[in-house]
Amino acid sequence: AGKSKVDDEVLDNLEEVLVTSDVGIETTLRIIKRIEERVSRDKYMGTSELNAILKEEVAALLAQNNTGEMLDFSNPSDKKPYVIMVVGVNGVGKTTTIGKLAYQFKKAGKSVYLGAADTFRAAAVEQLVIWGERVGVPVVKQQMGSDPASVAFDTLSSAKANDADVIIIDTAGRLHNKVNLMNELTKIKNVMQKVIPDAPHEVLLVLDGSTGQNAFEQARQFTKATEVTALAITKLDGTAKGGVVIGISDQFKIPVHYIGLGEGMEDLQVFAKDEFVESLFK
Amino acid sequence: MFENLSERLERSFKILKGQGSITEINVAETLKDIRKALIDADVNYKVAKTFTDEVKEKALGQDVLTSLQPGQLMVKIVHDELARLMGGTTVDVNIKANPAIILMSGLQGSGKTTFSGKLASMLKSKRGKNPLLVACDIYRPAAIDQLKVLGEQIGVPVYAEIGNKDAVEIAKNAVKFAKQNNHDLVIVDTAGRLAIDEQMMKEIAAVKAAIQPHETLFVVDSMTGQDAVNTAKEFNDRLDFDGVVLTKLDGDTRGGAALSIRTVVTKPIKFVGTGEKMDALDTFHPERMADRILGM
Ligand SMILES: Nc1nc2c(ncn2[C@@H]2O[C@H](COP(=O)(O)OP(=O)(O)OP(=O)(O)O)[C@@H](O)[C@H]2O)c(=O)[nH]1
Ligand SMILES: Nc1nc2c(ncn2[C@@H]2O[C@H](COP(=O)(O)OP(=O)(O)OP(=O)(O)O)[C@@H](O)[C@H]2O)c(=O)[nH]1
Ligand SMILES: [K+]
Ligand SMILES: [Mg+2]
Ligand SMILES: [Mg+2]
Repeated sequence: AGKSKVDDEVLDNLEEVLVTSDVGIETTLRIIKRIEERVSRDKYMGTSELNAILKEEVAALLAQNNTGEMLDFSNPSDKKPYVIMVVGVNGVGKTTTIGKLAYQFKKAGKSVYLGAADTFRAAAVEQLVIWGERVGVPVVKQQMGSDPASVAFDTLSSAKANDADVIIIDTAGRLHNKVNLMNELTKIKNVMQKVIPDAPHEVLLVLDGSTGQNAFEQARQFTKATEVTALAITKLDGTAKGGVVIGISDQFKIPVHYIGLGEGMEDLQVFAKDEFVESLFK
Repeated sequence: MFENLSERLERSFKILKGQGSITEINVAETLKDIRKALIDADVNYKVAKTFTDEVKEKALGQDVLTSLQPGQLMVKIVHDELARLMGGTTVDVNIKANPAIILMSGLQGSGKTTFSGKLASMLKSKRGKNPLLVACDIYRPAAIDQLKVLGEQIGVPVYAEIGNKDAVEIAKNAVKFAKQNNHDLVIVDTAGRLAIDEQMMKEIAAVKAAIQPHETLFVVDSMTGQDAVNTAKEFNDRLDFDGVVLTKLDGDTRGGAALSIRTVVTKPIKFVGTGEKMDALDTFHPERMADRILGM
């Protein structure tokens, strides 16, 4: 036989789990609808089968090409140097994520250059320099207040001249509703192309895992300004679940590449869809 | 993505026009809409539920449906209730003692260091204080430098002990230093920490016990989602803080966390951060916050 309808109580409970994980009401209702449709079609036997269906439907919304196996720090791409530009709103963990990525690439035998293009926030350059020292990779910098595009240009030039494998450019945190600051990002990106025509190869948008529905607007606006190609979700070592990324990944078709799980050098993982979905239901 | 709440409610009320006053049955759909709007604004799931239940009690029996724009009337009920919950008597920051000691707390990246600078600058220029900033973040790379740069910008000295890895000791020494050097205000910046990080929560509790601050502030990012309640509750259980600072309101977040936090810890929101610059702070306006949550 099997059941073709999910109990209201189960659906209510599911709604609560998803909403309190920051999935958002719209995406939550979509997920519930998908499950109801699927169940009316396929039927299910017992709770464990229903749970499996549920997780499958949630995972299906996370954009493709982001299975762990495809991201390899020892061979990030056939581009050399491979240029990653890191963007996001204030305080989400951009600089820290760069430190962690540099550590991973270096460990995988790659030569890495960092560019301190946050020339605005107090001691942002020093912070990246300390990460550079920790990991043992060079940091290209200029004075505070100098043109970030010029720092990016310098970084690409010297990394290229030194035959580097990976370049990661830090940028100042900025709220996505500030038009001038968003235009500045577009400019930084364009200037890079004077040195390496197809750079940046990756624009990594960093989202704070404790952020709520505003992350949607962040993804929308940063994508407009810089064509974001990948997401990193930080601070998932806390109690926040980062569920908003499900709707974002689905709507903008941007894969999640990394998650941040702490403040240390090693606290970065390649995103694993199933584990992430599993963690929502814990 | 959001539809203005009053438009949404206007629509659901159209169906009900002519039914007289609000009853359990005819208000159900409307309340669902309100609840959705609150969740869209990042109000905590449970808080939103409780809130709509209370609004229902207020609305039942009211002659809303014969009014010309019942949706707007309902929005007003919701708005006023939101403002009431987030408001109450405004409590000033406690700087009467000499030296008055203020301790910052909060998650990583919420804006503690920036706010420490802003508050020092404001109390210096508007209240004639002679502040001392204290760098008790011994973990984050360049945290001390960051505070020093800000201190320089606003002309406030920064107390730091390079190499000392004991935040409690630094804080105690700083208070001693302040007393010896005629600083009537001490603002202690601390490292960001997760509420579930037992060791770090113990550290800040020990700092608090050692220096007995007159004001402990919980600094929270206004973009925070559902987890705001857990964090606020945990920090409050450990620190019994006196007030909340809501940062990054210059963005376009709806800021529902403000309501969630107020509801779970019943501590006043004392300041808001409205930018990265040292003068970008404001006092909290519950009416404006209610507008914002409702997308008005
Ligand atoms: N617990 C935890 N903390 C993190 C994580 N990633 C970053 N942080 C902390 O978050 C705070 C902000 O990190 P930064 O790397 O400075 O953030 P940012 O985006 O570069 O900040 P701005 O440049 O000021 O916009 C720091 O205290 C970091 O140590 C993480 O995955 N987990
Ligand atoms: N737009 C905006 N940015 C802010 C505001 N307050 C702080 N910031 C920015 O947010 C980021 C983090 O601020 P910090 O003051 O370093 O935060 P913190 O809580 O001290 O961070 P940790 O010490 O790493 O825990 C920085 O880029 C600040 O410039 C605000 O009100 N508006
Ligand atoms: K944050
Ligand atoms: Mg940074
Ligand atoms: Mg700080």
